Amino acid sequence: MSFDWPAALPLIFAGLMGLAILIYVILDGFDLGIGILFAAAEDAEQDTMIAAIGPFWDANETWLVLAVGLLLVAFPLAHGVILTALYIPVFVLLLGLILRGVAFDFRAKVPTERKHRWNRIFFLGSLIASLAQGYMLGVYVLGLDVGLGGMAFGVLVAFCLAAAYAAMGAAWVIYKTEGELQRKAVRWLRTALVLTALGMAAVSLATPFASPRIFDKWFVWPEMLYLSPLPILSALLFLWLWRQTFHLPKPDDRHSLTPFLTLAAIFTLGFAGLAWSFYPFVVPDRLTIWQAASAPESLAIILAGTVVVLPVIIFYSFYAYRVFGGKATDLTYD
Amino acid sequence: MDPLILSRMQFGANISFHILFPTITIALGWVLLFFKLRYNATNDSAWMRAYFTWVKVFALSFAMGVVSGVTMSFQFGTNWPGYMEKVGNIAGPLLAYEILTAFFLEAAFLGIMLFGFRRVSNRIHTLATVLVAGGTTVSAFWIIALNSWMQTPAGFEIRDGVAHAVDWWAIIFNPSMPYRLTHMLLASGLTVSFLISGLSALRYLKGDRSESMWKALRTGVFTAAILIPIQIFAGDQHGLNTLEHQPQKIAAMEANWNTGPNVPLVLFALPDETARENKFEIAIPDGASLVLRHSTSGVVPGLNDYPGNHPPVFPVFWGFRIMVGTGILMLLVSWSAAFFLKRRHSLPKPLALLMVPMALSGWLATLAGWYTTEIGRQPWLVTGVLKTADAVGPVAGSHVALTLTIYLILYVLLLIAYLGVLVHLALKAAKDGDSSPLPGVMNAAMSQPAAGE
Repeated sequence: MSFDWPAALPLIFAGLMGLAILIYVILDGFDLGIGILFAAAEDAEQDTMIAAIGPFWDANETWLVLAVGLLLVAFPLAHGVILTALYIPVFVLLLGLILRGVAFDFRAKVPTERKHRWNRIFFLGSLIASLAQGYMLGVYVLGLDVGLGGMAFGVLVAFCLAAAYAAMGAAWVIYKTEGELQRKAVRWLRTALVLTALGMAAVSLATPFASPRIFDKWFVWPEMLYLSPLPILSALLFLWLWRQTFHLPKPDDRHSLTPFLTLAAIFTLGFAGLAWSFYPFVVPDRLTIWQAASAPESLAIILAGTVVVLPVIIFYSFYAYRVFGGKATDLTYD
Repeated sequence: MDPLILSRMQFGANISFHILFPTITIALGWVLLFFKLRYNATNDSAWMRAYFTWVKVFALSFAMGVVSGVTMSFQFGTNWPGYMEKVGNIAGPLLAYEILTAFFLEAAFLGIMLFGFRRVSNRIHTLATVLVAGGTTVSAFWIIALNSWMQTPAGFEIRDGVAHAVDWWAIIFNPSMPYRLTHMLLASGLTVSFLISGLSALRYLKGDRSESMWKALRTGVFTAAILIPIQIFAGDQHGLNTLEHQPQKIAAMEANWNTGPNVPLVLFALPDETARENKFEIAIPDGASLVLRHSTSGVVPGLNDYPGNHPPVFPVFWGFRIMVGTGILMLLVSWSAAFFLKRRHSLPKPLALLMVPMALSGWLATLAGWYTTEIGRQPWLVTGVLKTADAVGPVAGSHVALTLTIYLILYVLLLIAYLGVLVHLALKAAKDGDSSPLPGVMNAAMSQPAAGE
């Protein structure tokens, strides 16, 4: 049997890119979220929250570089179309990422009287970056070319994604801290969950109605039946997690990672729904993954490297998370 | 406003800001490893103090490099979509390999290197330092390979108007790649050694005579003194390589308007491109022929051979001179400092005062050098394959003007903050001297017992 590599490679790369985006959203989601929650935290709590993400944020953000890199290298045509259409939001995203990234380091190294300034910049940068990502998601869902209505929808998604990240951040704080801060994080999680659920519902409803093609992919028999677990399972997880927030933290800190994992599962389900909606397009209704793909020989050489390196990356990423496992304590350079 | 020139300015601003920080982290990683290995070998805590002072600079520089690097990866799409459309099959895999083999490695082990000293064994911590330093160098390897390919493309063919890879070995090790990589790695080494010397000299001026100051100062000065002659030789070889593969760039660097023998080495001039001549020229007769062809009658390419197809002369000419001039100053300063440290075990005050601003000499030379080579590639983005003007995207000039303005303001503010923190760290280290609390002793209990405790 001969395997049709030229047809399979773009599909494989779409899968890899999707995986990189999903991992990015989950991982950087929690550290962006912690930045957003900075606004609600006390001074000492902020130090603990930073300690909970300090060793990880850099590697988390690298998944964004990989996702954009894969878009760039595997789908050069789509990369140009998407990023020029989203020129200003991308700029705002970068601005946010620059500000929060440097604030991380500056806040720990400047004279103490200036620390507050960098704390505020850290909050602002995290918020701006999250909003920009949400806005881009909203506009992308509607097919990039949008009028005022579409922009308003983008703003709605922006706030909901920021809330979703805040929820991830709160869940991470629940996992990494104890005592008063942990109890506070449970309350944060509860509030953020409501907005997250609202946002996911909005995106789920808007997507099929924005595009007849997507509508036809969801609301036909028997696909409707096969797809029904996605929304139903997501809703159940939401409800279950919402109820859990009234029982957290549990004695002996049992299940402290559960809220984070549940949210990650919800993100994955939502992401799978989006992926199904857009397949086979990489630029909605304009470019399919095959039309936008690089030459097969170039994709093949990247794939060869990816197959070897990606498992190694995942292995040592797990190792790094293990080294800094357990409750967060103040970070020092040692 | 013209989106092309604005996009070029924006890319120039972004990459100039970005390169400052990798230039530091590439070599500083290895210097930190050196401190660590000396500590392992001698058990002298001053080495570890030097390590912890400079690892903070590393962390901050790394963060600045990461965030400005993320900006770069988006710029290709937002402003230069024609680039990936034309040469994506070549540039794509090189960038992908950089991300896969370098970025993740650095990012994952940086956490352990910075915060893990008490959480992992000393051996693993040293290994993490090796992996981070190695990661930065591997990253330089891939990006220099891509940049060199854009300067001197090889190993590809054009099919249906798009570049396709034919020979990956020829693409990666294209004609200018080994020279550029060597030149850049040495530049990084010099930037770091002057930064360390300069900030240590500041501590010295503040009266700090601690062991960790001496160790950092000696490391910086001796490394600089050893690297600078090697760099001058490597730069000369790189120039000869450019003469062979990009003669129009050499013609602009020398502001040589007409091909011919007995070309003088122009020391000072204001090149005038419309009149096609040099104003206020001060030159050494036959100098350029001697340097480039090793003979007074050697023929040096002139700009008249490349009408409408050569880079703008003024910035290339001056970029090159600023780089070389800084290099000569670096030679003088590092050798005299090395002499005084070796013979007198002290620094004369004027020399120490000069060394403080020289902390940034590496940045100046690196930027000037990159301007020479990058502007020297114009009007091509990929020599002979893609013109810069054909790669620019459809974004409105007003949008680019807006983002460019904000980037510039942000970069200036961040640079001020960055330099402020460097000085603050140096002054704090000067005040603490050898009494600075050693990390690993000062801390409250951590969540896990440290290895060996």
